[in-house]
Amino acid sequence: MMILAEITGSLGSIGYGLAAIGPGVGIGIIFGNGVQAIARQPEAYGVIRQNMILGFALAEALALIGFVAPFVFGA
Amino acid sequence: MANFISLSEVTCKFGDNECPFPAPGAGIFEWQPLASFNLLGFTSIEITKPVILAMLCTVIVSVVFIAAFAKPKLVPTGLQNVVEVGYLFVRDNIAREIMGKDGDRYVPLLTSLFFFVWSMNVMAIIPGAQFPVSSRFAFPVVLALVVWVVYMYLGMKNQGVVGYFKNIAFPPGMPIGIYPLLTPIELLSTLIIRPVTLAIRLFANMFAGHLLITVFTVSAWYLLNLTNFVGFVSVIGYVGSVVSFIVTIVLTGFEMFIQALQAFIFTLLTAVFISSSLHAEH
Repeated sequence: MMILAEITGSLGSIGYGLAAIGPGVGIGIIFGNGVQAIARQPEAYGVIRQNMILGFALAEALALIGFVAPFVFGA
Repeated sequence: MANFISLSEVTCKFGDNECPFPAPGAGIFEWQPLASFNLLGFTSIEITKPVILAMLCTVIVSVVFIAAFAKPKLVPTGLQNVVEVGYLFVRDNIAREIMGKDGDRYVPLLTSLFFFVWSMNVMAIIPGAQFPVSSRFAFPVVLALVVWVVYMYLGMKNQGVVGYFKNIAFPPGMPIGIYPLLTPIELLSTLIIRPVTLAIRLFANMFAGHLLITVFTVSAWYLLNLTNFVGFVSVIGYVGSVVSFIVTIVLTGFEMFIQALQAFIFTLLTAVFISSSLHAEH
């Protein structure tokens, strides 16, 4: 079989880099819109912060799974 | 797991210039049992450092709360004052914020969870302990199982066994055509993905944080080896070592923030799950 392209080295770190793209964009959107919402309506700070942190936690989990997967499944 | 060097296997001596960088890996989370004994002749129970730290956390949290609230006074003084601030934080910022007045019944559970998870995380930066208990996967898994049992039980109690599963699988008010797509997603999400991500989030955050701090600590030590060379390389060694050491301190401060945040998120999500079990969506 002819090999057209090959990657050597730490595949885990490449995987983590790929896995971090989506959550990175997502967390940016969450906090950007959260700050905007607080600026528009400062009296709703409590509710907005709760939901902001909740959304942040859900998005962040994806990146962390990408970080842990190479350790769990080996190189 | 041959790729990951355990720090105990590293044979490098200080000043050994031939030594490659001993990158810390999953090996630093493996502990030799300090004591082990057999239960019923076939199950062996091993006591490792994380187990001892977890027991210590249990004792600390229990003792602090019992000492503070054994003889509660209407006008709090001393320790009761301090612990009451923590209790009120959980009640006002988590329970009432998510569930309203209904949340008051679940404040004891949420407070215990918050302070237990937090103390397990804080063990990462306590000198002498310096190991986050929740970076061993079993501890967050057990906590997530407790949360799972609680919200499943509350859902079945408040909505009926059949009604609860009907409400999960068929959320009312949707167009009929979307149910073939929605039902498996909702069932999978409520029954499996919720507890799994709850456990993985806490575990992965503590795992990653501890690994980061260890990498910079080891590199502060390792780069000092380069100072044995002459000329420019030794300058790199000094600068790199000092920078790594400073980064270690900065990361420790950042970890303190992450530890409190993860305990908060764990409790917040527990409150969200309980609140979704209390009332059917309509």
